[in-house]
Amino acid sequence: MENLLSWSTKENLSDGVGKVKNENVLKIIEIINSCDQETRKRIEDDLVESIYQTATKITSRCVKKKKNGIIDFELKLDQLFTSRYFGFPIMLLLLTSVFFITIKGANVPSKLIASGLFWFEEHLKSFFILLNSPRWLTGFLVDGVYRSVAWVVSVMFPPMAIFFPIFTILEDAGYLPRVAFNLDKLFKWAGAHGKQALTMGMGFGCNAAGVVSTRIIDSPRERLIAILTNNFVPCNGRWPLIIMLSSIFVAASFPASISSFAAAGTVLLITLFGILITLLVSKFLSKTLLKGEPSAFKLELPPYRKPQILRILYTSFIDRTLFVLGRAVAMSAPAGGLIWILGNVTLNGKTLMSYGVDFLQPVGKAIGLDGVILLAYIIAIPANEIIIPTIIMIYSSGSKMIDLELDQLKELFIQNEWTVLTAICLMFFSLLHYPCSTTTWTIYKETRSVKWTVISNLLPLTIAFIVCFMVYRIGMLLIGS
Amino acid sequence: MIKKLSELKKGEKAIIRELNLNGLTRRRLFDLGFIPGTDVMVVFESPLGDPVAYAVRGTLIALRREESEKIIVELVN
Amino acid sequence: MRIFKRKTAHTEDLYQIEIMPERKNNVIALAGNPNTGKSTIFNRLTGLRQHTGNWPGKTVKKAEGEFTFKNEEFKLIDLPGTYSLLSTSEDEEVARDFILFGNPDATIIVCDASVLERNLNLAFQIMQITYRCVLCVNLIDEARRKGFEIDKEQLEKEIGVPVVLTNAKSGEGIEELKEKMYLVATRLIKPNPRKIKMKDSIRKKIDLLVPLINESFTDLYSAEWIAMRLLEGDSKIFNAIKNGKLVELVNKGKLE
Repeated sequence: MENLLSWSTKENLSDGVGKVKNENVLKIIEIINSCDQETRKRIEDDLVESIYQTATKITSRCVKKKKNGIIDFELKLDQLFTSRYFGFPIMLLLLTSVFFITIKGANVPSKLIASGLFWFEEHLKSFFILLNSPRWLTGFLVDGVYRSVAWVVSVMFPPMAIFFPIFTILEDAGYLPRVAFNLDKLFKWAGAHGKQALTMGMGFGCNAAGVVSTRIIDSPRERLIAILTNNFVPCNGRWPLIIMLSSIFVAASFPASISSFAAAGTVLLITLFGILITLLVSKFLSKTLLKGEPSAFKLELPPYRKPQILRILYTSFIDRTLFVLGRAVAMSAPAGGLIWILGNVTLNGKTLMSYGVDFLQPVGKAIGLDGVILLAYIIAIPANEIIIPTIIMIYSSGSKMIDLELDQLKELFIQNEWTVLTAICLMFFSLLHYPCSTTTWTIYKETRSVKWTVISNLLPLTIAFIVCFMVYRIGMLLIGS
Repeated sequence: MIKKLSELKKGEKAIIRELNLNGLTRRRLFDLGFIPGTDVMVVFESPLGDPVAYAVRGTLIALRREESEKIIVELVN
Repeated sequence: MRIFKRKTAHTEDLYQIEIMPERKNNVIALAGNPNTGKSTIFNRLTGLRQHTGNWPGKTVKKAEGEFTFKNEEFKLIDLPGTYSLLSTSEDEEVARDFILFGNPDATIIVCDASVLERNLNLAFQIMQITYRCVLCVNLIDEARRKGFEIDKEQLEKEIGVPVVLTNAKSGEGIEELKEKMYLVATRLIKPNPRKIKMKDSIRKKIDLLVPLINESFTDLYSAEWIAMRLLEGDSKIFNAIKNGKLVELVNKGKLE
């Protein structure tokens, strides 16, 4: 806060064009300066102290404590959730359970919706043919637009409808601040703020929301760290990809009885890796670009409250699920059309798509992916949700229609030379790469800085390339040996 | 007995005497009710030992050691 | 209309509501500590379903809603949950500036009944800026379970503004809250908040400053608060006074 003493009287007069008379401004300055520094510095402390004295007096007269209530139970809960031995295991267990319930629960509805929508696709196509619609129009609208929308709905909707409410229940019950409390020492080590854990929790739903929620962090330095690293918690647009790949590639190598656990475990490991990267990058930033000491940490641990289940179901459905889904559909429809065009417009006998894929192929191969995946990531900058549909559409363009059930998908991927290692590299890439365009825009709005917005994209991209390259190399060595 | 808040053990109660902090941190702690004359109690600590949760004016507030060692308290029996 | 350089879109959003040349409806600000069920109150009043999480500082997005009561239209602005108006975080600045310059017709201060003492800190800070307040003591069910009993009449007498005990989850007290808010907003009752005693040395300076400020703003309720900010060295307030923006802002929003 600037000191009034530092202003010269002259300056104040020269632009004193307002309605407060200049001589009054002068008098005001005089009075302020006549007050000694110590008093002035303590003025607000004094105020708060006086307020508290008054408040204590008032409450002693108006609030009666009749009996000892239920606080003991809450204390027991806290002692359990923050216990030296059980605190972390409980956290991991809860996180795994959320993933497990989401994966397990989303399976059946996903299949149902997919078969319904693709049954409709056939009829839609027949309808177009019946109308004698030109082949390009049918292709653009049905194979392009409709298919990518159908994909997004069938793959994203069920996990979201399950994940968001469960997470919201934990949030409403008051568990999240305990997570921040448990993890704070790690964030302190990284030169960051414990509340960053809360913003990461928001990021699980949507990174743009996570970035906005960093406003709860006072120190601008720590807030910027939280903004730049929020990308490393997978958002809702990325869960489906990670969940799907862990189900069809990783879990498939486990016996059927435990495959869902294996899938959930894989998702957990990827998430933990994201948290590890968050801590390392935060540490790196606070030692380099954002040098500084951790600021003071004060976190209120609010009382546990019984979540209002019905309201949560309603709000997480309306506010979050439908919102995110709506956005994904809005993004996927034009992207689907674009992909169809890229895949069907030819130049010198080669589709535009092939030019892109060929160009990106060497880069993709170097990090365990391929040109198609990288092209998909470029097309899907507006929304991470459409990575998989884009990849599928590119792979299957030109080929016959395939039924998009998980088994057939795996077939399609394997035909295109995917291995478990490709899937793992892709999961890492998805976890790390760069924020979607909505999040990037939000970062710009929050930081008002082109520099930090650019860094927020380049930093994760660099890390994604390094990590995928290393994972691929190590994977190759292990397979080779 | 005069001690630092950080030196209190779990379950110990004390009265806040002085905050050797200034600026925003001091202000924030004041806002949360850490004011000279206030009762404070150590309730539990994080699994990693730091931060520690204190009961102040009916709420639970977690503080890192950096802050709690600058708060001077008087132990109550 | 901007008085200070604004950093975020969020603040700008609030500022757009702040100055409405001819506002037809009553503007009600909803303030309170984090975790007091403020957003649930908001939903109860407006019927809007805004998500509320159980962690400090959850409301990071501006929310506003409208409702009608006794043929009067009300616009409710949900301010960020803060512990204070004195520190300088962005959220606190937003809340403070809105109460100060937005000239709400009434401000509902939501408190957690179980920790009333702590919550009164913010309440008193708000009551220094505006007298048109209603104290909403929420989560009363939880407080009762914990064994607290609150004497509403006594509390009203002590702090000088209308008090309502509510349980937003069940709807208890909401009608009464609307009624009190209505009475305050339409000037049918004039609350008279209890003044906080300041140290003599500060008191004297404030008493010198207030008439100087009031020469430009007739009977500005927040003159004492502004005087205190000036003493404290708040350059934004000083500049606003100096170049007349404060006058402009306060007058624009003024209805009386």
